[in-house]
Amino acid sequence: MQKINRGSRFNKSVRVGVLLCLLCTVIVAGGCGSGESNVASGNREGILYWGNGAEPQELDPHIVTGVPEHYILIALLEGLVQKDAATLQPQPAVAERWRLSADGRVYTFTIRASARWSNGDRLTAHDFVWSWMRALTPKLGNAYAYMFNPIVNAQAYATGELTDFSAVGVKALDDLTLQVTLDNPTPYFLQLLDHYSMFPVHRATIEKFGSIGEAGTVWTRAGNYVGNGPFALRQWDLNKKVIVEKNLLYWDAENVRLSGIHYFPTENLTTEERMFRAGQLHRTSEVPVGKLDFYREQQPDSLRIAPYLGTYFYRFNTRLPHLADVRVRKALAMTVDREAIVEHVLRGGQQPAYSITPPDTLGYTASSDLRYDVLAARELLAAAGYPDGAGFPPVDILYNTFEQHRKIAVAIQQMWKQALNIDVTIRNQDWKVYLDTQANGNFQIARAAWIGDYVDPNSFLDMWIADGGNNRTGWSDPDYERLVSDEAPSAGSVEQRYAILGEAESILLDAMPIIPIYHYVSIHLVHPSVKGLPGNLLNNPNFKHIYLQAEPAAP
Amino acid sequence: MRFIASRLLQAIPVLLVVITATFFLVRAAPGGPFSADRAVSPQVIKALNERYQLDQSVWQQYAAYMTDLARGDFGPSYKYPGRSVNEMIFGGLPATAELGLYALLVAVGIGLCAGLLAGLRPNTGQDYVPMTIAMLGICMPAFLLGPLLVLVFGMRLEWLPISGWGDLPGDKVLPSLTLGAAYAAYIARLSRAGLLEVMSQDYIRTARAKGLAEWRIVSRHALRGALMPVIAFLGPAFAGLLAGSFVVETIFQIPGLGRFYVQAAFNRDYTMIMGTTIFFSVAIVLFNLLSDILATWLNPRLRLALRKGSGT
Repeated sequence: MQKINRGSRFNKSVRVGVLLCLLCTVIVAGGCGSGESNVASGNREGILYWGNGAEPQELDPHIVTGVPEHYILIALLEGLVQKDAATLQPQPAVAERWRLSADGRVYTFTIRASARWSNGDRLTAHDFVWSWMRALTPKLGNAYAYMFNPIVNAQAYATGELTDFSAVGVKALDDLTLQVTLDNPTPYFLQLLDHYSMFPVHRATIEKFGSIGEAGTVWTRAGNYVGNGPFALRQWDLNKKVIVEKNLLYWDAENVRLSGIHYFPTENLTTEERMFRAGQLHRTSEVPVGKLDFYREQQPDSLRIAPYLGTYFYRFNTRLPHLADVRVRKALAMTVDREAIVEHVLRGGQQPAYSITPPDTLGYTASSDLRYDVLAARELLAAAGYPDGAGFPPVDILYNTFEQHRKIAVAIQQMWKQALNIDVTIRNQDWKVYLDTQANGNFQIARAAWIGDYVDPNSFLDMWIADGGNNRTGWSDPDYERLVSDEAPSAGSVEQRYAILGEAESILLDAMPIIPIYHYVSIHLVHPSVKGLPGNLLNNPNFKHIYLQAEPAAP
Repeated sequence: MRFIASRLLQAIPVLLVVITATFFLVRAAPGGPFSADRAVSPQVIKALNERYQLDQSVWQQYAAYMTDLARGDFGPSYKYPGRSVNEMIFGGLPATAELGLYALLVAVGIGLCAGLLAGLRPNTGQDYVPMTIAMLGICMPAFLLGPLLVLVFGMRLEWLPISGWGDLPGDKVLPSLTLGAAYAAYIARLSRAGLLEVMSQDYIRTARAKGLAEWRIVSRHALRGALMPVIAFLGPAFAGLLAGSFVVETIFQIPGLGRFYVQAAFNRDYTMIMGTTIFFSVAIVLFNLLSDILATWLNPRLRLALRKGSGT
């Protein structure tokens, strides 16, 4: 009796329990009819939802060093000139025009009279002088101070050798005229003006919250920030999003078509891709490799791939005896099957690299003898004293922990084993440890990459001078340094300059302290409603010209 | 009261050891906060080291840090120069705490139901089904379960938002479920075991002999005993939910504390590593204490022992 009784009572309480559980779930999930997507509402209201890759370190253009910060700063601030998003040619921005002296050393910029700060203050040439003085103040610790190096005495001021800023080649001739004097004619100087380290900052705001050499004050917070760009900072929620809205006081406000941008710190690529699929983002910062084929087949309109001014390469530590021999370095470089790596590992349309400077960098293409040639490589290795790899010390490839780097290292490991019969180990380290190891020269071969700061071969070639800090291979060559540091800057014409730089790059490739592997591409998912966002070598958008058009292009 | 005070006093040396060990360990790790791929000039490094007093000896740095800490100041973040560590921790805490709380509710709600269901009818279908699911829940890591839930409820069925926190209605459901699942499974096992043990006790037999209804036996007599292990587990569980939210926060784009905790280590953001470590240590100590107090209060035997102890 008891048992039967227990059963029936009990089933009741069980049922109640289960019901309660379900109820909980329903309540929590309550009211969750997925509403309108960000993309749909954004297209209507002119708001761009931008996957920005990471939380910005800061919004101070003289402090930050990263790409996510760049995308926000170009909305909030504007330099003297900007680049056309399609051609990358310099265009007037804060400066409405400029004049270059006959010797190519003195630029005179005319600031437009309508230029304003977002608080209504006039923007003058004095703002630039003060801002650049701040950017070069040693105490501020601006990692990008070297961008000013072409300017007379800028480097001396940044290192503290010179304490009188009036000796630096930046003068405000009057409120609207800025004169900049360079050491040498610098064909890429106008491009630098578009880099955030050269953006103006609002003096009164910065001095309200701290001194000129003080970093990390609250002037960059929403509510305090005063900028001069097409957008103004509205909201900065830590790790959640940054919101900018159209700046009505911007000199060209009538041509700004977006009413705002929301930047998301999308650190996780797969989450970002899902957000894009769910219509929460107009644009992603990257695309997971595994998703490339899916988008190629299903949504080719959304997949945007464009050449990107960067090269992935391996550094040799030429201080080591077996890698000091150029024949060994060449043999290793010649047995990397770049086509296979690009096609099977990367799969994103990257270009195999046979030079450090990407081809057609503003009309410059290096001539390179480097090719995939196993037989010639074996001969070179034999000539170096290691016939069929015999007696060759074990080689070690260092890379920072990242799946794609590992795949490439494994592929190269196999290629060298097959082609040259040498044993290769691969070793990964956490990013900061890897940097330390490389800086200390405690490696044999290390994975590396370089992204150009500006579109000019110099951005890829001046790093290989002996005390460049970015060299790290232990290789140097006096002829190379003469060509890059002395002859190229004083060249008479573009053709002559490219010829000199080409000669320098030939010296570099002939010594092969590096193995160029591939040239980068930028890969993003972009919703088809986003217009005015052409891909370019610097992956540099111009938010001013972006607009959103909701109706699908397909009939 | 004396019990609580003594437990708190015991926690101080533990925290001091944690702080000191972390302080020296992070500085011993290779790679500094300002090392970068793109060479930074010596002047810049010098300026940064001076700003953060990294040019002084480690002992001077330690003394300075402890002095600031005594005033409740965790110092500035190295990676985010415009932010103090205090600001970042207390900025991220609400989201992480809320997520932890919901996850705990999920864990307790689902875990208890499943565990009690199973424990009441051991070795039947009513036991096997929830317990198999619980085993799966324990085994399945959040980085797998999260995307899976997103795929089903977010992408296929489109019932729930796939990311965000407090932006869209219902966007807190999937992260809470994901984070709570493993703990729900654990609680299910604990409560099942607890119930089984209690149900075999003499006083339950007495109750049965008196002819009490089964649900009354369970709710009045068995439940309290069965819940003891669960309650002892809640404190560490909540601390674990706070500190372990990194994966879920990353998957769902939640502006919480967990992301800083892990990122700070990669960035060698010394002050941020210290700040988050200290914060989580304190949280773990506190929640352990809290669940001990709760367990004592619920267990008459322990209560009595304590009273006797303080009486002598």
